[in-house]
Amino acid sequence: MAELLDVLSGILLLAGGAFAIIGGIGLVRFPDFYTRLHAGGITDTLTALLIVGGLVLQSGFSLLTVKLLLILLFLLFTTPTATHALARAAMADGLEPEGDADRAAERRDGAESSNT
Amino acid sequence: MNTVLVIATLAVLATMALALLRALVGPTVYDRIVAVNVFGTKTVLVVALITYITGHADLIDVALVYALINFIAIVTVLKLVKMGNLAEAGRRDITDG
Amino acid sequence: MRYAASLTTILVLLWLGISGVYKPLILGLGVASIALVVWISRRMDVVGVEHNPALYSWRLPLYWGWLLWQIIVANLQVAACALQPSRLRPSVVRVPVPHKTAVGKVTYANSVTLTPGTVTLLLNPGEMTVHALHPASREDLESGAMAQRILWLEAGRSDSGADA
Repeated sequence: MAELLDVLSGILLLAGGAFAIIGGIGLVRFPDFYTRLHAGGITDTLTALLIVGGLVLQSGFSLLTVKLLLILLFLLFTTPTATHALARAAMADGLEPEGDADRAAERRDGAESSNT
Repeated sequence: MNTVLVIATLAVLATMALALLRALVGPTVYDRIVAVNVFGTKTVLVVALITYITGHADLIDVALVYALINFIAIVTVLKLVKMGNLAEAGRRDITDG
Repeated sequence: MRYAASLTTILVLLWLGISGVYKPLILGLGVASIALVVWISRRMDVVGVEHNPALYSWRLPLYWGWLLWQIIVANLQVAACALQPSRLRPSVVRVPVPHKTAVGKVTYANSVTLTPGTVTLLLNPGEMTVHALHPASREDLESGAMAQRILWLEAGRSDSGADA
């Protein structure tokens, strides 16, 4: 039983690490500010969930678990607020999101042809 | 088990490095703030992981406090960028609406 | 007074959960600091609807479970985009916000932001502006499934509309 929990916790931790790196890659590769917000979002939600989940499985019912869950709760409540404040401040500052699907396609085609 | 914890920690540290890269490149100040926000939340996770690697249960309190401070820091930096002055109330604050 | 009572309960649970040292001196300090916080909060007039105990119905955990599932599904889509940026199709959409209470609106806006692939840009009366990363997340949002769940959550409160 304990070994099964260890394996499960290991899987969650490694998956959390993998999603963290994917989020980091997205943060570097995405083309504009608003899309980078989404990349930051993955690392904030799923990575936090998986890593805290993996750690909770290791400590079982203890005060440490309570504190970990509190950290998760704080993160899940504060990150959308911070993200929204950022997006709103950027909007108010006149930063235009690239919302035009046609323009995004054009840009993508341009990038592809320059690669080949 | 410890190996897995160390691998996860290294992965999160790698993410923090990528976030730092974005913070250095910019180009707008908001890109930098997003990067710093990601860096801050990842710091919380790294401290939590180190708690388990070292076995010092007291360290988790550092992570707990850091999670709260990070949020306040981001909102404060946003306000500083927008108003240029922390004491000003502002006509359209980022928190209204 | 009722709000202050529920704030006190939350603070007591928080203290017991974080402290871990149950000696008379530490517990006494806990009681003193909780009393101070509640007193200051009342003086600052920030004890409000968020501390209404009626907000905590049995529907909340069910909603959180559903939201968790949505977050995991949406994360996989965004992760695929991060590995293959050519999939990106960012768009800006306006969606209606049918909720009456302030808490309902905030829950909706925050849930949308929390789900990767969609970020709330502006929240205006009756509608909000959302930035979506690709068409799938946009369709999820436009189907209104999340808005319906929050309406259901709102309906579970014993005194809905008291703080509109």
